[in-house]
Amino acid sequence: MNDATPRATTADASMSRTARASIMPLRVEDVSFDAGGKRLVDHVSFELAAGPRTFILGPNGAGKSLTLRLCHGLLTPSTGRVVWEGASPNEDPLKRQAMVFQRPVLLRRTVAQNIDYALKLHNVPPADRPGVVDDVLNRTGLARFAKSPARHLSGGEQQKLALARAWATKPEVLFLDEPTASLDPAATHAVENIIDTMHGEGTRIVMTTHDLAQAKRHADEVIFIYAGRVLEKTPADEFFSSPRSGEAAAFLEGELRW
Amino acid sequence: MTDISEAFVTALHLLVSFDPNLIEIVGLSLRVSLSAVALAVLIGLPVGAALALFKFPGKNAIVVFVNALMGLPPVVVGLVVYLMLSRAGPLGVFGLLFTPGAMIAAQAILVTPIVAALTRQVVADLWVEYSEQMRSMGAGPVSAIPALLYDARFTLVTAILAGFGRASAEVGAVMIVGGNIDHVTRVMTTAIALEVSKGDLALALGLGIVLITISLGINAATYTVKQRAEAVWT
Repeated sequence: MNDATPRATTADASMSRTARASIMPLRVEDVSFDAGGKRLVDHVSFELAAGPRTFILGPNGAGKSLTLRLCHGLLTPSTGRVVWEGASPNEDPLKRQAMVFQRPVLLRRTVAQNIDYALKLHNVPPADRPGVVDDVLNRTGLARFAKSPARHLSGGEQQKLALARAWATKPEVLFLDEPTASLDPAATHAVENIIDTMHGEGTRIVMTTHDLAQAKRHADEVIFIYAGRVLEKTPADEFFSSPRSGEAAAFLEGELRW
Repeated sequence: MTDISEAFVTALHLLVSFDPNLIEIVGLSLRVSLSAVALAVLIGLPVGAALALFKFPGKNAIVVFVNALMGLPPVVVGLVVYLMLSRAGPLGVFGLLFTPGAMIAAQAILVTPIVAALTRQVVADLWVEYSEQMRSMGAGPVSAIPALLYDARFTLVTAILAGFGRASAEVGAVMIVGGNIDHVTRVMTTAIALEVSKGDLALALGLGIVLITISLGINAATYTVKQRAEAVWT
């Protein structure tokens, strides 16, 4: 991966992020989510300020991915509300976020066209798009695949493309739902590098993972969810060294069943 | 048996000699059917995609209705279009009855539900896969429609082919609204019906061979291109 200094093309098409007020903090207020007659997210409340990388941890079925989708606006809470405090009343905060899924969903087009489409949805002028596309492809090491069908890429390359597509739109917040769950160590490392670079450039990272080593390497704070409830929201060091809840301690020991 | 053999030989002679009468009929048939399919695609693709993506009261009933329209009897469509275009009808002022325009309209009415219904299913299936990602990127149903139609392009070819098959094989509607007028509205299917009734099996058989060959050719060519494209893009 080429972690070169950001080029003018990307900066020019950054949707004036720096010129606008931040949409942060994100306040999740007493949010519950029901489906199929079951309560899957249960009165969850927390606040995310700009800055640190937040990792959402918990066993399978705890409600991590649902919480991420509720924050991103892909799901509507059954009760409670998700508030982007800094967003102006006239703007759609979704336009200033991006999400990368465990299984990347790529359009049946070339690698470059996948990124171009995201830019089009963000109203980036057609004349500016090729420069941004080239830039993110270079920075993610995918430039040689620009004209290849996106679905011909390997799993790791597809996930890098999903990240590149998100990166091109310069999101203020990036939600990642187990982005390295099905990747080998090399691809995982490459994806983590890209996420780190994005974070270094000011993108707020909110990510779920089952990989505790990954969370230890990259998390600044941890939200621990169990049975749809947030049991802890603590700095990562503190969480891993002295978890407050018995469930979190059992989870870290690999003894918590879902 | 001899009659049939002779008819085959005569039909082949008509074909290899590019009989002007046969060429004219084939040409008009293609013009009418392809124009009708083009109209049906213009209407059916967006309508089908909209039915797949938008939620509104009565949607299920409309989906069932559009699906049911795939089986519209051509003669009934022909009759309705005839009544609309006849001098006393609401569209009589256009003077379209017994013209290729009327035949195109009738076939478009028959083909549009096929294109719309199949498009709805294809786009709905693709939306299941794309929905979260596209909404995450900020695409609403309206802005997603062109992208979904583009990404479903190879599957939608099958829907369009089904529509072309319906149009090119149809006889009842074009007979009623076109009138099977020589050199004006005579197409392959109506000509075959006429020639059989006259006992001229050679021309009927020749037209039949052309009709099947065109249908097979278009389907084979499209299938080959679709297979190769799908191997690359999906």
